[in-house]
Amino acid sequence: MIRFLLLFSRQGKLRLQKWFTPITEREKKKITRDMTTMVLSRQPRSCNFLHWKDLKIIYKRYASLYFCLAIENGENELIALEVIHRYVELLDKYFGNVCELDIIFNFEKAYFILDEFLMGGEIQETSKQMVNRSIEASDMLQETMEEYMSKPAF
Amino acid sequence: MSDVVEKTLTALPGLLSLDSQPGSNKLSSSSKLGNLIRGVTELTSKHEEEKLIQRELTSIKEQVSSPNTSMRQMKELMVRAIYCEMLGYEASFSYIHAIKLAQQGTALEKRVGYLAVSLFLNESHELLLLLVNTVLKDLQSTNLIEVCMALTVVSQMFPKDMIPAILPLVEEKLNHPKEIIRRKAVLALYKFYLIAPNQVQHIHNKFRKALCDKDPGVMTASLHIYLQLIEENPEGYKDLTTSFVTILKQVVGGKLPMDFNYHSVPAPWLQIQLLRILCLLGKNDQSTSEIMYEVLDESLRRAEINHNITYAILFECVKCIYTIHPKSELLEKAAKCIGNFVLSSKINLKYLGLKALTYVVQQDPKLALQHQMTIIECLDHPDLIIKRETLELLFRITNAQNVTVIVDKMLEFLRINKDDYTTIDLVGKVAELAEKYAPDNEWFIETMSTVFSVGGDTMQPDIPNSFLKLLSEGFDSVEEDRKLRLFAVDSYVSLLQGEPGKLPQRFLQVISWVLGEYSCLRADLEVDTVLRLLAKLLDMKTTSSETKSWVLMAMTKLCEGGAGVSVVRGVSETYSSSLDTVLRQRAQELQHLSQDPELRARVLPRHTGLEPLEVDSSLSFLDGFVSEALAAGAAPYKPPHQRQEELAQAKALSLEPYGLSLPLSMSSCSMTDRQSPMLLSISSGLSGNSNDLSHKGGSSSLKLDGVKRVWGREGYLAQREPAEESAHVEVPSTLRSPSQQGGADGSHSQTPTPTPEPELEKQQLASSLFVGLSSHSSVCLMGKSEPTPQRFRRKARSPASSSGASENISHSLVSPPITVDTLMCNNLLDSRITSEPDVSPLEQTNGSCDEELPDSDVKGSSPSLVGDDALVAADPAPHEEPPKDLLLISYLPAELSGLSHSEITPLSSDQSLDLSACHVQKEGDLVLVVFIYNSSDSDIQQILLELDSEELEVSCECDGAVGGARGHSVAVCQYSLSVKRPSVHVELVGTVSYQFPVGTPQSVQFSYKLPLSSFIRPLTLSTEEYGTMWLDFSHDTKQNLTLISDDPEPLAASLSVLKKKLQLHVVEIIGMEGIVACRLLQDQPCLMHCRLHAGTLAVWLRSPVPDLPDCLMYFCQRALQEH
Repeated sequence: MIRFLLLFSRQGKLRLQKWFTPITEREKKKITRDMTTMVLSRQPRSCNFLHWKDLKIIYKRYASLYFCLAIENGENELIALEVIHRYVELLDKYFGNVCELDIIFNFEKAYFILDEFLMGGEIQETSKQMVNRSIEASDMLQETMEEYMSKPAF
Repeated sequence: MSDVVEKTLTALPGLLSLDSQPGSNKLSSSSKLGNLIRGVTELTSKHEEEKLIQRELTSIKEQVSSPNTSMRQMKELMVRAIYCEMLGYEASFSYIHAIKLAQQGTALEKRVGYLAVSLFLNESHELLLLLVNTVLKDLQSTNLIEVCMALTVVSQMFPKDMIPAILPLVEEKLNHPKEIIRRKAVLALYKFYLIAPNQVQHIHNKFRKALCDKDPGVMTASLHIYLQLIEENPEGYKDLTTSFVTILKQVVGGKLPMDFNYHSVPAPWLQIQLLRILCLLGKNDQSTSEIMYEVLDESLRRAEINHNITYAILFECVKCIYTIHPKSELLEKAAKCIGNFVLSSKINLKYLGLKALTYVVQQDPKLALQHQMTIIECLDHPDLIIKRETLELLFRITNAQNVTVIVDKMLEFLRINKDDYTTIDLVGKVAELAEKYAPDNEWFIETMSTVFSVGGDTMQPDIPNSFLKLLSEGFDSVEEDRKLRLFAVDSYVSLLQGEPGKLPQRFLQVISWVLGEYSCLRADLEVDTVLRLLAKLLDMKTTSSETKSWVLMAMTKLCEGGAGVSVVRGVSETYSSSLDTVLRQRAQELQHLSQDPELRARVLPRHTGLEPLEVDSSLSFLDGFVSEALAAGAAPYKPPHQRQEELAQAKALSLEPYGLSLPLSMSSCSMTDRQSPMLLSISSGLSGNSNDLSHKGGSSSLKLDGVKRVWGREGYLAQREPAEESAHVEVPSTLRSPSQQGGADGSHSQTPTPTPEPELEKQQLASSLFVGLSSHSSVCLMGKSEPTPQRFRRKARSPASSSGASENISHSLVSPPITVDTLMCNNLLDSRITSEPDVSPLEQTNGSCDEELPDSDVKGSSPSLVGDDALVAADPAPHEEPPKDLLLISYLPAELSGLSHSEITPLSSDQSLDLSACHVQKEGDLVLVVFIYNSSDSDIQQILLELDSEELEVSCECDGAVGGARGHSVAVCQYSLSVKRPSVHVELVGTVSYQFPVGTPQSVQFSYKLPLSSFIRPLTLSTEEYGTMWLDFSHDTKQNLTLISDDPEPLAASLSVLKKKLQLHVVEIIGMEGIVACRLLQDQPCLMHCRLHAGTLAVWLRSPVPDLPDCLMYFCQRALQEH
């Protein structure tokens, strides 16, 4: 099971956080701090896995953004790496050539995509098309609703 | 694709200021959020950011509380609040508005509302209760998107207590026409299962439906639940193996829609999930394993594309192949596959390769040999993670010959490592290796010193404890003990003369204890000097008060005969007025004892020798407190080693890889067998079984069998090593010959000597690291006669450590237990009480006797428990002249022979005693009968049996001393048991001490486990009595249990099953409800109320005894499930 997913920039600024188990605010802050220092201090060309307490941290850098995933000890590290990659693919498909700024300015969309992809710490949907279809369906609704709502106002 | 992302992302900084770039329409640049984000990015100092955000928050706060804010604006405000929270600023005022937004907003606003709620609140947050109604409403909505949102938020976080409120609605969604809804519903139920397994027990059959769903997505989702269920109870799902195999076959064969492909690999996530499930199902189960061989082979074959994802699948495949019942062909392929990982140039794959090697190396040390050069390279890898993983691997191949090199490497790592968690773990491992394989005293003491200094105060406290225990208990050879202690004293004195300020507190405590006890061994060392050194510790600022009290105690032991009076006086004066009461106490003791030699001699007698102190090891005086705490909801205690073992088990895939061949590792596989003296025999409950297994394992043609024993965690198999190893491990042909030679003749290279050629150096290192793994392990690299110290170290530990019992078994593996085996085998089929309560007593005995008398088998095994000449029994109870092939059962005292009894379980044995036991159910009593068989030729005059248990009250019916046992005869001892503290299984720990006319006193330890259900008796009472009692009882538990549904009267049928299996008394059945009563032996009643409810049996148990309802619930559940 995935415990949490963090996205942060090269400067250590948090861009997205998802916790799949209940954790206190204080703990969250501490973990985020630990993760950013640990991951950012890794030398290039070292492996993408880290140990942290009883968890394994899988991280990967895409341009200026680090994706950092914590999994339980018995899990498969490589597949976790692919979870990250699939998420990036999904973001890319949705935003079209995704960049850090897309995620900064539309973080709620990034969360929605994540919610369609992972649920309760497990992969929910591995098919790229499916995820996009459901996101688009809700987006469509959002847009039509937005139109509908905004009409009387103008 | 990632390249594209990379390019775009790197090109982006310029985008910040330019709105007209492509994609900028999505950047909502004109929105308030956009302004905020831009504002924050432009700031340079943290202080400015704080000011800006505070301003922002104030304005958000104003707007959210204004009644004029529309939901649409609210949505925008929430997004901003989320952003502020992400930056680390609290916006708790907005939580309630997030809930309101989820409640009142239309679809799109609702989504943001739910998102905000799931980001802001925790499962335990009180505001969440307000969300329940919203979720309920949305679950019933006709709008699919609303249903989806509700299911998503439910699986993200939902208050545990409120699950029943929405459960029926979520269940209903399993039949929804839309697959996305079904899928989300399955995952929501999975989440419920994780946080409250009891709640979803009744819908297990619906999971089966989800597994058969026509949509692969729903099926995949259901596997999460199955993985969990099977992990907990693999036996219950064996019937699904074929289905899982078929699914995997279809997936591997590319039968799924293209949609599910990931980088042209068909549904990798699904494949991995299935492989994991198969792994659990096939473990220790040959017939199930056979079903999956073909598909595993195919998976290995199909995974050919060079991509991470195929490696992920391969890794899982290899794990599975090595866990299930072995098939040599597959093992070969898997080994080759591991090679691909290890030799890969990609560092991630190398890491996994090391991990895989760590898993399999115990079964297949050849593999480690094959890759020794890679392992050496990894050992010097700049990446600490790789290094750490390599050490983990080395830890598993450590033996007496390579221990120094491996421990060296570990200590080297510890010195550069900064992560506490790793340090604690590794320090424990070093200590374990040092205790087990130390080649000599000097090395041992020095290594432990390093462990204490590096481990500091974070390490597990049982490391110093067991070290001190080892020192104090000593070994068989007095001379050897003296040397070890002397060396410790010398080395500690010189440490204290150096810079003691740098040493961690724990280490100082160890030092003071050792000096206090043993510095008198060194005749030329003046007490005064030691006292001064210790006093120096007291004066250091860094010394903690705990350490100070250790120091004071050491001084008290030392101040004999007026030595160092001035020092002692000074110290005791200083600390007599200390604010710390413990220190004050110690100082007083020191003062008085130093002045009163007589009292001192009595309190602290010198040379107490090996007399063990009388310790109430079960701490029974605390039982009242414990049961109170448990009743108040405290978690039951787990000893540290068990906790660590649980952790370690997650990591160490297969300490017990092949069902039949695992005897030794199973009974004593604890990663940490450093136990404090208090934790006697937790694992030895297994010893009986392991004995049995080992016997079978020998014959089951497992080629790795012998090899594995080398890695028995105790190290007591060292003697057998050479023969077995050379028989089973062939020297791999790929091995480089020079290094092999080095390992084989072992004439040089104890540690790598610095050579100009790095390659040579590596090879030398390799030869010293892998020395024990190749054949000819009779060669001793250490140049010392290493077997000697190791052997007595081993012996010394055996009576003390909990696994003593199992060790003893392995010593005498050759002959006596065989009989016990045959006994066991015949009874294995029926491991519970052999008769049902309503059968007449006479029949019962016959029935059970028949089972216990497998005559043909027993005749075959000659050194049997009841050898032909062994008929002279020292049995106190009268019995008839036993027949020729009589078994232990006939030694059952006559007054018990009519009652139902459990099978006779072998407990433990050593070279001269075999212990077995069974329990007999009497009306208001439970009698434990222990059979002590003296398998030696000589008579034993006096046998003393002591029993102890945390959960049980033990009263002896034969006053502890059993009397004697002649050679080859059986002595019997009876104990009456009653329950102090209910627990599902209760355990007894016992020690038998005995002495031959000539020889030293010896003892055998054992433990005996029995289910609480043996103590349950029917309680006959009327409905009125039941009513009054019900109200009086305070401890209760409720649960829905499965009903026996194939009967026209399910309630009556279920109750009669409970009555039959658990001896409950059915008081009355009224319509849909039934009341049942029972008691624990005489006086601890438990009442049960059952009601038919939605196809399940709603059971409510009440009792005045804490924990009893929970335990009984467990048995009821088992009874009904097994039916």
